[in-house]
Amino acid sequence: MPVRFLLGRLIDLGIVLFGVSIMVFLMIRLIPGDAIAIMLGANAEVTPERLAALESRLGLDQSIPVQYLEWAGNALRGDLGTSIWTGRPVTSEIAANVWPTLELTLLAVLVGAGLSIPLGCFMAEARGKASEVAVRIGAIAGLTIPSFWLGIVLIILFAKLFPGFSTLGYVPFTEDPWGNLQRMFLPVIALSLPMLANLSRLVRSAMLDALGQDYIRTARAKGAAQRRVLYVHALRNALIPFITSVGVSIGYLLGGSIVIEQVFAIPGLGRLVLGAISERNYPLVQASILVLTTAFVLVNFAVDLLYAIIDPRVSRS
Amino acid sequence: MIDLLERHRLTSFAIVLVTLQTGLAVFAPWLGFQDPYQQVIVDRMQGPSLNHLLGTDHLGRDVLARIAHGYRTSLLTSTVAVGLALMVGGSIGLLAAFYRGWFERIAMRLMDIFFAFPILLLAIGVIAIIGPGAYGAAAAIAIVYTPIFARLLRGPALVICQSEYVLGARAIGASDGRIIVMHVLPNLASIVLVQTSLLLSAAVLVEASLSFLGLGAQPPVPSLGLALSEGRNFMLLSPWPAAFSGLAILFLSFGFNLLGDALRDTLDPRLRSTVRLL
Repeated sequence: MPVRFLLGRLIDLGIVLFGVSIMVFLMIRLIPGDAIAIMLGANAEVTPERLAALESRLGLDQSIPVQYLEWAGNALRGDLGTSIWTGRPVTSEIAANVWPTLELTLLAVLVGAGLSIPLGCFMAEARGKASEVAVRIGAIAGLTIPSFWLGIVLIILFAKLFPGFSTLGYVPFTEDPWGNLQRMFLPVIALSLPMLANLSRLVRSAMLDALGQDYIRTARAKGAAQRRVLYVHALRNALIPFITSVGVSIGYLLGGSIVIEQVFAIPGLGRLVLGAISERNYPLVQASILVLTTAFVLVNFAVDLLYAIIDPRVSRS
Repeated sequence: MIDLLERHRLTSFAIVLVTLQTGLAVFAPWLGFQDPYQQVIVDRMQGPSLNHLLGTDHLGRDVLARIAHGYRTSLLTSTVAVGLALMVGGSIGLLAAFYRGWFERIAMRLMDIFFAFPILLLAIGVIAIIGPGAYGAAAAIAIVYTPIFARLLRGPALVICQSEYVLGARAIGASDGRIIVMHVLPNLASIVLVQTSLLLSAAVLVEASLSFLGLGAQPPVPSLGLALSEGRNFMLLSPWPAAFSGLAILFLSFGFNLLGDALRDTLDPRLRSTVRLL
């Protein structure tokens, strides 16, 4: 990979992360003033002294650029502030809740991306046949089924059909591997379905696109077997746009897991953020959004590099 | 020929689906539904009957009336949000493509930064600032979709701005405003139509997700996502409210997505060329 390309990408990454940090930083400053009073708690009496004390604890009594530098400096050192209610560092609260979300997202990516390749190839082969309309409607339905509704329906269905199957909550894999996978089964299905629909549609059109190219004709002309043409020549090239889409889908999954965690009572980052919003624990909201977004940006950076490795034309243009 | 008929059948089906649901939303107060707010506690959690076609919820309210008015909330929020995003984001993308230079760089960079956030997370962050409610949800969705429209329109607008007819218009001395309104915009119409329909489909889902999480419309306002989260608690006793409101969200989102998909096929002849597969 050319150094110039890598350097350019790194500069892009720096700018985006800088912009994200400014937006997340400004978030807490944009909150209407009375929210600060609410942060004092329902029982505490709101006095100007207490308000001032909290403002200085949050650093709100300094100029905005000074506040930003201080906040960003602390963030880079791993200090994202303290939770208003518990007084613990928010990083430790995030660390305590990160594993369920990570596992859920990772499994959903594996299932969604993994199944979409054979499904997309199948859909490409169905082109022009009577089943094409069915395939197309199925893909749109998969994309538009509300995942939280699907989750609820699956819970009810499993409760009726397999009463012994645990569908709610979370146990760490290290403690009870079977129980962990059992509880992950339905959330992963609900979370990965829209991604599966989206990616398989993409694989389908990329396959159709690749099959119209000259190198496919060449492969056919030199007498390559049908199966080889499809799965070696066409699929490999069709996978290039696929990889970018997987990266973008991870952002969807991170958002979607917030809803799915709520449905399946999984104690992950989503539940943490929602809980923090309802109790107006702004430092925790801010830190969670920063961590999740940074993770998403880094994943997409990695995908960009991977893309350039697979398709050298990208880094040369 | 059969292929063409098939395509138009699908398009008509999508148009019917969208029109019916939009009509239900717009005319809900005048279609003779029961009062969506009226609670009859003794009649709570009933299944479908002649009196209540889709049953009643946990407070004895008519589910059909709640869903019809829920369509109103959902469609109004999504349409306002997507409309705002189209106006702001679309203008940014268009002007970036037309004027290029530093404006393009700064504007698109800013859009990149908004785009870096996972959609639902950004929406939740916006609501954390302005507070939950239907307006909060609409503002959040509008902000989230602005960079998407900017990116979607900038590419095609770039191509159009470099086309010969735009050069020609400039050569005969047309003003910037005239070129944008008379030459660039009409050629973007089909893309705008397709993408607005597809994004409306997604916005319906985002709105429902936010309401489901308690961040969108607040009780007792009839809302599809809210009905689903309320119905969830009584799911084993009475699955009807949750089941029907979930289906309503699905049909609404499905209709717009199918419409966008069918329009894309009809308006973009490139996709119509058939490829020999085997």
